[in-house]
Amino acid sequence: MEAALGLLRRMPPKQSETALSALLSLIPQHSSDLLSQVDLPLQVLRDIESGKDFILCEYNRDADSYRSPWSNKYLPPLDDALYPSSELRKLEVEANDIFAIYRDQYYEGGISSVYMWEDDNEGFVACFLIKKDGSKSGHGRRGCLEEGAWDAIHVIQVGPEEEEMAQYCLTSTIMLSLATDDESSGKFGLSGSIRRQMKMELAVAEGHLCNMGRMIEELEGKLRNSLDQVYFGKTREMVCTLRPPAEIVQMRLPDT
Amino acid sequence: MADEEDELPEETELSYDQKKEIAKWFLLNAPAGEINYVAKDLKAVLSDEEVYNEAAMEAFPVYNKSHMICLEMPTGAGDVIISSYSEITENEYLDPRTAQVAIVDHVKQICTKVRPANDEELPSLYIEEYRYALDAEIQRYVSESYPKGMSAVNCVKGKDTEGPGSNFEFVVIITAMRLSPQNFCNGSWRSVWNIDFQDESQVLDIKGKLQVGAHYFEEGNVELDAKKDFQDSTIFQSADDCAIAIANIIRHHETEYLAALEVAYSKLPDNTFKDLRRKLPVTRTLFPWQNTLQFSLTREVEKELGLGKWKMKKISVAGNRTRVSWVKARYPNRWTTTDMMLE
Repeated sequence: MEAALGLLRRMPPKQSETALSALLSLIPQHSSDLLSQVDLPLQVLRDIESGKDFILCEYNRDADSYRSPWSNKYLPPLDDALYPSSELRKLEVEANDIFAIYRDQYYEGGISSVYMWEDDNEGFVACFLIKKDGSKSGHGRRGCLEEGAWDAIHVIQVGPEEEEMAQYCLTSTIMLSLATDDESSGKFGLSGSIRRQMKMELAVAEGHLCNMGRMIEELEGKLRNSLDQVYFGKTREMVCTLRPPAEIVQMRLPDT
Repeated sequence: MADEEDELPEETELSYDQKKEIAKWFLLNAPAGEINYVAKDLKAVLSDEEVYNEAAMEAFPVYNKSHMICLEMPTGAGDVIISSYSEITENEYLDPRTAQVAIVDHVKQICTKVRPANDEELPSLYIEEYRYALDAEIQRYVSESYPKGMSAVNCVKGKDTEGPGSNFEFVVIITAMRLSPQNFCNGSWRSVWNIDFQDESQVLDIKGKLQVGAHYFEEGNVELDAKKDFQDSTIFQSADDCAIAIANIIRHHETEYLAALEVAYSKLPDNTFKDLRRKLPVTRTLFPWQNTLQFSLTREVEKELGLGKWKMKKISVAGNRTRVSWVKARYPNRWTTTDMMLE
């Protein structure tokens, strides 16, 4: 299992789907471990009834059907399917509405879905998903990207309420792939994925949605920032190490 | 790691060939300088020595050539670049600079022996004059511009041409690799320049292919993949003049390309990356979670009422415990292990 994760860490991020399915077929006995620890690019389905798209993931799947957060129906229809309790469903509906506005303000497009389900230790779990195609042909406002995929998966576990407080444990994954193609720089592609966790104990006075939302906003911002500053920055540094810009070479020449 | 009871339908066992193909896929997709780490993990995952060995035998030569790895020759004659342009047989590679043939072990990535190249493997004197002059100029350029660069000039067409009147073609290879596994960062720069000497038109057709890759994987996995093709030409002159002209053209394009990469990077934060996700919302202030009621104005009345009720009511789902979460039951580790293992 450790070796399998090691392999996934080295394969090109854009090939993560192929890499995972290869591992699943090589070591089927570790399927559940692999699927629980590796996130894959998100898929989208149209909910004809509401006319809106929703995101597919393990958290709204039952057998081969997926539950739409808009109509609360499984597609394709499924007998005996599991649904959140009506109370939790209400929170889910609200979360979907609010999160769509959040998504629009940060992403200027894209698709979002929120799913919730009861968990067995008196709390619940919520999964906030965003998928954005930032390419020219998608929702890229500035038209800079030939290719631009962003998937955000936020899974947040909310513990039972105790003395007006609750424990929140958020695990966020960002997967992205962007590419530009122009005359001077040719094809320039950056892709990757990172995952981080954040735990907090918060007063529930303002509501779970408010707490979850703030945590997601903070961690999502941090992840974006570290992709931009740290991860992309490291690859840039590497390029400059391989072939330093002319001024650096000249500065060094007198010494050699 | 112990496994949960498997809910998946019974998998049909993979055939030997299927396993080998998968193994080769992993090896060939290893980033620059990481094939040995991939091989080690792959062995553990496969736990089938035979499949692994055969996959390695087939994948390593392809990987070594496409990554143009450099191997040290045992004679102290420097390094030889492994590439399809210098390949004599699968295990023999010509080092045109020293006129030696390196015999390599692809899987171990070492050069085991060298032998002097025989006459048929070397270009004619006329061609060697051009090749030698170009090699010297390229070496000079590479030593000035790449802290750890290697280069080679191979004749890939018309090497037996004895004098003016025929066409011939050189391939200039420049490769630089930087491995820093302790910092979770590796990278490589590969340039391949085809120089087509056309006797009739007295023109040199120049085509370049640059490929730059970087991989940073500390608590994540992020990859740069950049490539660009170039085209240029110059006139057919004496060996020394050709060499200078070609080296200048290569230097010019590579310097421009590096500058263009810098521009691409500098556009990321405020331009390119913004098309995926903004740093701040369009409102330029953090999202007003505490105030989400204000959004309800734009929502249907029904939902507005629902939200109002919800806000007033204490949110508690603690009473509802009849249903066991299917997801958690299925993926118990989601909540415990989050980071990929580090070495």
